[in-house]
Amino acid sequence: MNDSKTDAKKKNITRGPGRRAQEARRQFLRSVGLTVGVTGISLLGFVPLKGDATTRLKMRPPGALVEDDYLASCIKCGQCVQVCPVNAVKLDDLDTGFGLGTAYIDAREQACDFSCDGLQCVLACPTGSLTHTLDYTHDTRMGFAVLDKPKLCLAVAGKGFKGLARGPDYDGLLRYEEIDRWNPIPLNEYPYDVEICDLCVQACPIEQRYNQCQDGKYPSGDQNQCPPERAIGLELIEEKNGVRHMKPVIYDGCVGCGVCEMICPTAEPSIIIDYNKLTKRPLSEQYIAKSKSGGHS
Amino acid sequence: MNHTLESLAQLFGRASRKPKKEELSPAAQKMYFYKKGQKVTKAQLQELHDEHHKNSKNKWRKRRWLTLIAINLLFVVSFFLDIQLLEGALTASRFMGFHMADLNSALQVMLAHKQVLINLLIGVVTVLIMWIILGGRTFCSWVCPYHLLAEWAESLHLWLAKRGLAKNYTFHRGVRSVFYVIFALLAIVTGYTVFEFISPTGILSRALIYGPTLALIWVAFLLLFEVFLSRRAWCRYVCPIGITYGLVGVISPLRVTYDMTDCKHEGDCRAVCLVPHVLDLTIKNRSTEIEVPLGADCTRCGLCVDACPTSSLNFEFKGLTHKPEKEELPTMPDSGSAKQEQPEAKDNTNSEEPK
Repeated sequence: MNDSKTDAKKKNITRGPGRRAQEARRQFLRSVGLTVGVTGISLLGFVPLKGDATTRLKMRPPGALVEDDYLASCIKCGQCVQVCPVNAVKLDDLDTGFGLGTAYIDAREQACDFSCDGLQCVLACPTGSLTHTLDYTHDTRMGFAVLDKPKLCLAVAGKGFKGLARGPDYDGLLRYEEIDRWNPIPLNEYPYDVEICDLCVQACPIEQRYNQCQDGKYPSGDQNQCPPERAIGLELIEEKNGVRHMKPVIYDGCVGCGVCEMICPTAEPSIIIDYNKLTKRPLSEQYIAKSKSGGHS
Repeated sequence: MNHTLESLAQLFGRASRKPKKEELSPAAQKMYFYKKGQKVTKAQLQELHDEHHKNSKNKWRKRRWLTLIAINLLFVVSFFLDIQLLEGALTASRFMGFHMADLNSALQVMLAHKQVLINLLIGVVTVLIMWIILGGRTFCSWVCPYHLLAEWAESLHLWLAKRGLAKNYTFHRGVRSVFYVIFALLAIVTGYTVFEFISPTGILSRALIYGPTLALIWVAFLLLFEVFLSRRAWCRYVCPIGITYGLVGVISPLRVTYDMTDCKHEGDCRAVCLVPHVLDLTIKNRSTEIEVPLGADCTRCGLCVDACPTSSLNFEFKGLTHKPEKEELPTMPDSGSAKQEQPEAKDNTNSEEPK
C-alpha cells in the first residue's frame, strides 16, 4: 500500500506541473557539476609548476621573461618557432601544464646558434614574452654553461677527438662561417680532428664573435655586435695532487645558448646548460631586472 | 537599443520568453492574426520539408566548410612552405606582416600579464575591426577548427541518439557566462592564461601547424563527451571565445535576418542550429516585428538559411542589403512565380514545435 502511494506520487511528478521544476533542478545541478569539473581540469595546469616564480620548466628562447611572466604573457602562437633558421624553438605539450604551447629549446637536440644574427624569435614575438629590449646576441641570458660531468670530458682526460661530433645519425644544424655565412649545415657533414678536444670552445657563437672582433672584423660590420666578455676557453688546470690537465672554463660572457651542450661528443654531454643559473655578474642582474619589469620601457 | 539589450541578455544565457501581445508591432499582430486563419496539414508540412531538402544544396555549409578549411590550411601551408603568408597560429598571427591577435587569447594574456604591448594592441584592434564587419561569432563557425570537428561529432551524436545510443543532457546556458567570469578571474588571480590550457581551438590550431601533441587527448575527450552525453556541449555551455566574439557581434552589421511573412513556423531551422535560442523568435507569436535580425549569439553559420524551406532566414549586411533577397523557392517549383499573386494559398501552420 505504501509502495503504491509513492509510485503514484512519482507518476504525478513526472507527469504533472512538477516535472518542469524537477528538470530545471536537475539541469542546475548538472551545470554546477560541469562548472566544477571543467574548472578543476583547467587547474591541473598547476601540477608541473615548481611553485617558484623564477624556476624555469625548460630552457627558453632568447629574451624570455622570468618564468612566471613568461608563462603569463606568451600567447602560444609559435611565431618564434616559425622564424628560427635552425628549428631550435619548439612548443611545449600538456605535461608542462600552463606551459602548454609555450616555446622552449632542447639544446642537446638543437641549440640556438644565433645563425639568424638578428634574434628573429624576439622580433617575431607579438606579446613581448621574449623581451624586445634585447639588441644583440651577447645581451641574451638563456642560462649558463656548466661542466656537469668533468670525468667524461675528453679535454680533461687529455684526449683528442676525430670524426663526427654527434655521429652520422644526428640531424642538428650549426653554422660554420667559413663554409656558409648564411646557411647552417648539418653537424654530421662536418668532421673534426683535434689533438685535445675543444669542440665546445670552437663552436661557441660568442667566442667566434669575440675572436672576429679581436681581429678587427666586426660581425655584420657592426662594432656593437662585439661581445664585451669571453664565454668559454680551454685552460690548463693544476689539481691539488699536482696533476695537470686541460679543462673548459666558462666565463661570464656565456649566454647559455647551448651550442656547447649540443656539440659535446661524449655519449652524455659533459657540458650542459643550467637554464636556472645565469652569470653572477651585473650583466645578468640587469637582465633579470629588465625581464622582471616586463622588459618594456 | 531594446534589441541590443535583448541580444546581450540572450548571449549571457537568459531564456527566451513569449512577448506579451501589446509588445508585438501592429504589423506583426496583423500577420499572426492572418496566419491563424490558415490551416496547414502535417502532410503538407512534410511535403514542403522533403521538397526543400531534395533541392537543397547546403550552399552555405559548403562555403563555410571550404572557408574554414582554407584558413586553417593557409596557416599550415604558410609554415610548411615557409612563404610567410600567414605566420603563427589562431591565437596570434601575422597576415602578410600585419599583426593579428585572437581577441579572447589576447584578453587572457592581458589579464594574466597585466601589461599590454603595442604589437598585441595592434593585433587586437585589427581583428576587432575585422570581426565587427564580419559578424563576431562568425569566427566560431567559419574559422574555429574545433567547430568543424564538433559539427561532425554532432552528426554522429544525432545518429546515435535516434537509436537510443546517446543521451543529450542539457545544461543551463548561463553557465557559459559563469565560465567567462571564472576564467577571467583565474587569469587575473593566478597570473596564468588558465583557459589556454584547455582551449581546444588553440590546441587544434597548433597541432595542425606544428604537429600533434598529447593535448589532443583532451580534444578527443571533449568530442566523445559531445557524441555520447551532450550535444555541442563545449560551444554551447563552456567556451568563453564564443562570448568574446558574441559581444563583438552585438554591433555587427552582418547577421541573419528573419522575415516571418512566409514562415511556416515548423522549426526546421531550430533543429539544425547550434544556438537554437536565437531562433526562438521563429516560433509563432514570438517575433515582435515582421523582420528581425537574430541575436548576437548567432554564429552566422548559415545552417538555418540552408534549412529554411520558405527562405524566411537570410544573410543581411545592414545598410547594404535593404531587403534580404529571396531566391526562387526551390521547395515549390510550380508555385515559384505564382507566389507573388496568391501567397495565402499555402501560408498556413498549426505546429509550433519542431518535433
